[in-house]
Amino acid sequence: MRKFSLIPILFFILVSVSYAQEDDLLSLLGEEETIDYTNASFKTNRVINLHSLESTAAGVLDFKINHRFAPLGNGFYDLFGLDGANVRFGFDYGLSNVITVGVGRSSFEKTYDGYVKYKFLRQSTGKRNMPLSAALLVTSAINTLKWENPDRENFFSSRLAYTTQLILGRKFNESFSLQLSPTMVHRNLVKTNIEENDVYALGVGTRVKLSKRVAINGEYIYLLPDQVAAGIENCLSVGLDIETGGHVFQLHFSNSRSMIEKGFVAETTGKWDTSFDGVHFGFNISRVFTIKRKKID
Amino acid sequence: MYKLVIGAFMLLLSIQSVSAQKHFTKTGHISFYSDTPLEKIEGHNKSSNCVLDLATGKLEFATLVKGFQFEKALMQEHFNENYMESDKFPKATFKGQIDNYTKIDVTKNGKTNVKVSGDLTIHGVTKKVSTDAIITVSNGKIDADATFSILVADYGIDIPALVKDQIAKSVKIKIDATLEPLK
Repeated sequence: MRKFSLIPILFFILVSVSYAQEDDLLSLLGEEETIDYTNASFKTNRVINLHSLESTAAGVLDFKINHRFAPLGNGFYDLFGLDGANVRFGFDYGLSNVITVGVGRSSFEKTYDGYVKYKFLRQSTGKRNMPLSAALLVTSAINTLKWENPDRENFFSSRLAYTTQLILGRKFNESFSLQLSPTMVHRNLVKTNIEENDVYALGVGTRVKLSKRVAINGEYIYLLPDQVAAGIENCLSVGLDIETGGHVFQLHFSNSRSMIEKGFVAETTGKWDTSFDGVHFGFNISRVFTIKRKKID
Repeated sequence: MYKLVIGAFMLLLSIQSVSAQKHFTKTGHISFYSDTPLEKIEGHNKSSNCVLDLATGKLEFATLVKGFQFEKALMQEHFNENYMESDKFPKATFKGQIDNYTKIDVTKNGKTNVKVSGDLTIHGVTKKVSTDAIITVSNGKIDADATFSILVADYGIDIPALVKDQIAKSVKIKIDATLEPLK
């Protein structure tokens, strides 16, 4: 009798188990873990002056027009600096999703510049957990001003400067990203012999999102002591990123008028003080064009 | 008593064969299309999960929002960051029912027109949807095809005034999945 009563119970348990499974069909397939790459740590590939950890996507051309105006302290007569502008325009192109190349031309010191950026680590979660993104940036710049002293022997190499920079950063959450940029600027020629040809600095850049399309950016570049002439300042910039479809507008205040590494890292002379004689309003406008479309079908 | 045991086994076996009527895929193709005179946007995801239970007519889909691929990288970024918020809502799912599922015969090749209805969850918002679908059986495999439209606003996805002419209010969704027997 005992055995007899057990069987229907067992049977009901089995049936109810198999019904419980029916509730969620998808669980039958199991969870497959994927690598979940973190995207959009910054709106564009620049924080303000500094390169951000973002690279330009494969096949995308990013056309940039950047301005830095005369000092705010010039006041109304100069419309707070707007009457005098340094201009850099440039093209950034994504060779792949991790390699970006770029060229640009600045009116300041009539300088041409070029760079290669290789993003060798991508922050990710899921199947591969990587807390950081990391990129290596190498830039060079050629000053094409007429020689100051045409009479003495001048070397072409004196016009050149190079920058090597490591970018380490993390998007902590949806709105907050932070990066460190240890930097070395090498100038072939410096003005006086107390200045170092190799200048070491540590940059910090951050982004705080205010809404989906607006963010506050800030960056500070700390120069290690005893490398540059008196009067050279650490570069501090703060600004707003506004994204509108294919454009990103970056509006900011900075004590540097140069928009390339050699200039804003090692040659910033503006001072942040209440006279605003060393602070400049400026903007970067980024417009992207998809040159090579991704095959999706 | 032996008869009862045998009977119970038979019943269990029949339940087993019922569960063998499940079909699945992990490579379902889900695409969507937003057409406006200014901009055509389409996204494709070819790694969607789907399970169909022919014994009950239950049908379920799940897809990773980040898995949608676009022609333009910036579209993909905006899709994830600004519209679908894929970090907050990583998955889109459909859980529903084929109304006239008994018409489907896996043992015979052929096409069956069916009606599917159920809950579609996108961007954390669940809405009832229903659509016509075509089930095509060929050699034990089931091909499921459907096209329907949803209103972006229904799913709490905000389109700012600045880009309202570039993004359609009603987005067409296309499903194309080939299901194999689940063993």
